[in-house]
Amino acid sequence: MSPILEIADLRKTFPGGVEALSGVSLEVREGEILALLGPNGAGKTTLISTVCGLTEPSGGTVRVAGHDIQRDFRAARALIGLVPQEIALEPFQRVWDGVRFSRGLFGLPRDDAHLESVLRQLSLWEKRAAQTRELSGGMKRRVMIAKALAHEPRVLFLDEPTAGVDVELRRGMWEVVERLKAEGVTIILTTHYLEEAEALADRVGVVNRGELLLVEETGALMDRMGRKELVIELQEPLDAVPAALADYGLELAEGGAALVYTYDRRSERTGITRLLADLQAAGLALRDLSTRQSSLEEIFVGLVQEDVA
Amino acid sequence: MNAGAIWAIYRYEMGRFFRTLAQSFISPVISTSLYFVVFGAAIGSRIDEVGGVSYGAFIVPGLIMLTVMTQAITNASFGIYFPKFIGTIYEVLSAPVSFLEVVVGYVGAAATKALFIGVVIMVTASFFVDLRIAHPLPMALFLVLTCVSFALMGFIIGIWAKNFEQLQLVPLLIVTPLVFLGGSFYSISMLPQAWQTIALFNPVVYLVSGFRWSFYGMADVPVAVSLVVIAGFLALCLAAVWWIFRTGWRIRA
Ligand SMILES: Nc1ncnc2c1ncn2[C@@H]1O[C@H](COP(=O)(O)OP(=O)(O)O)[C@@H](O)[C@H]1O
Ligand SMILES: [Mg+2]
Repeated sequence: MSPILEIADLRKTFPGGVEALSGVSLEVREGEILALLGPNGAGKTTLISTVCGLTEPSGGTVRVAGHDIQRDFRAARALIGLVPQEIALEPFQRVWDGVRFSRGLFGLPRDDAHLESVLRQLSLWEKRAAQTRELSGGMKRRVMIAKALAHEPRVLFLDEPTAGVDVELRRGMWEVVERLKAEGVTIILTTHYLEEAEALADRVGVVNRGELLLVEETGALMDRMGRKELVIELQEPLDAVPAALADYGLELAEGGAALVYTYDRRSERTGITRLLADLQAAGLALRDLSTRQSSLEEIFVGLVQEDVA
Repeated sequence: MNAGAIWAIYRYEMGRFFRTLAQSFISPVISTSLYFVVFGAAIGSRIDEVGGVSYGAFIVPGLIMLTVMTQAITNASFGIYFPKFIGTIYEVLSAPVSFLEVVVGYVGAAATKALFIGVVIMVTASFFVDLRIAHPLPMALFLVLTCVSFALMGFIIGIWAKNFEQLQLVPLLIVTPLVFLGGSFYSISMLPQAWQTIALFNPVVYLVSGFRWSFYGMADVPVAVSLVVIAGFLALCLAAVWWIFRTGWRIRA
């Protein structure tokens, strides 16, 4: 199946000389959730803005279901829904009028049943007659999503959908995203909450300084990049790491009641077997063993630092 | 062509107008009535007739023009500036809508509002003075052309403006003086010779003159010239809009 979104060597230099995108190529499969991760100023918003028609590209091509976003802009944009980073709503507009307007802009016939189901799905149906200025921040964000869904897009861009949103609302937003995915909508979201990418995304793309450093299956990225820690709980607490175990780079934890061994899953030899033998040789009695994986956050920080170096 | 989008924009812009219908309606009625009290009654009692028409009736076409021009500019410039200012323009930019469709939607709505107010003033005036319309079709043509071309000008101002000051600058410093000096309340022939010559450089003089001709059959300049000037102004605004479209000037980053 050909990808729903094909970005090839996309470049954007703003007047004034800031190169926000320096040759980004990316393919997105229909129905997947792709998370774009990157620090502030990496170029995530510029990438989305360019694909959606808010910004003129300086070079490269973008195709949506085969339609070039410039030559064939009507067909391309008809398939795209955009929820920008900043909430932008007309304060006196009623929710219902807003979603109707959004649908109308796409030249589609009125379809109250569809708009009702969108509003219900986003728990906004009760608020349909409210003016947007009367709504809470979380509701406003959902109104933005409702407007983007009014024309039944096949690809939805969510630019930092949960920035500055409390934990509960974030969970709610995740549910919305997962339901949309279940309906077959392709979703590209940006975030700098790594747990969000980890929880939602099928694939993760890492953006830094206008470049897409990598795109990988979320799980594979974890496996590939993931450093793991082996936590060894001891029967008797230690004051210091025994000299015989100095080579392993062990760290004391829990007030000496545990030793932490960090190893790389990628390597052929993790050193665990030898470590366990040496622990026994050193006369340490173990109470329990557990492993934990480093979060995407740590992976990400590592990647960006590699890029800078 | 995305006719649905034009309609959505038009409908939305008109919605704001109708939400404040009382205000949209009452304010021109009151200001027109005030003009009649001040100019018609106070000054008009000293100037009894201009070219065989009572002073009160004489000022009606100019008054309509004055209001229609400023309303068309204000409505169109605000109409496009506001979504730029609060950021909601993203929706229009990311929709399958061409720039010309956007223009038709916003300019069409602003012109309609100006036209509506022009008609309200005309009806209000008919209660105060004996209003005759000698040439109804040319009258309608002048009115519509003025609404459309000044709405286009307002649209361009709204695209150009980077802040509220700039938004008000052009109407305040250029349009209002031209309109007030454009012969709304007097005939050019009433001015001293030197000022008559200067007045001929003011395009608004031609619009007011032509429009007044369609009411009372009298004009400061030949009607054909008036038509050429309004058509030329319209062409100029269309050319500017076309240029903005070609270059994407101040719309997309
Ligand atoms: N309209 C603009 N004009 C000039 N520079 C811009 C503009 N928008 C973004 N930039 C610059 O482009 C770079 C990428 O910004 P952005 O895409 O917003 O990053 P992100 O969304 O990843 O935080 C930044 O250096 C930013 O300052
Ligand atoms: Mg951003």
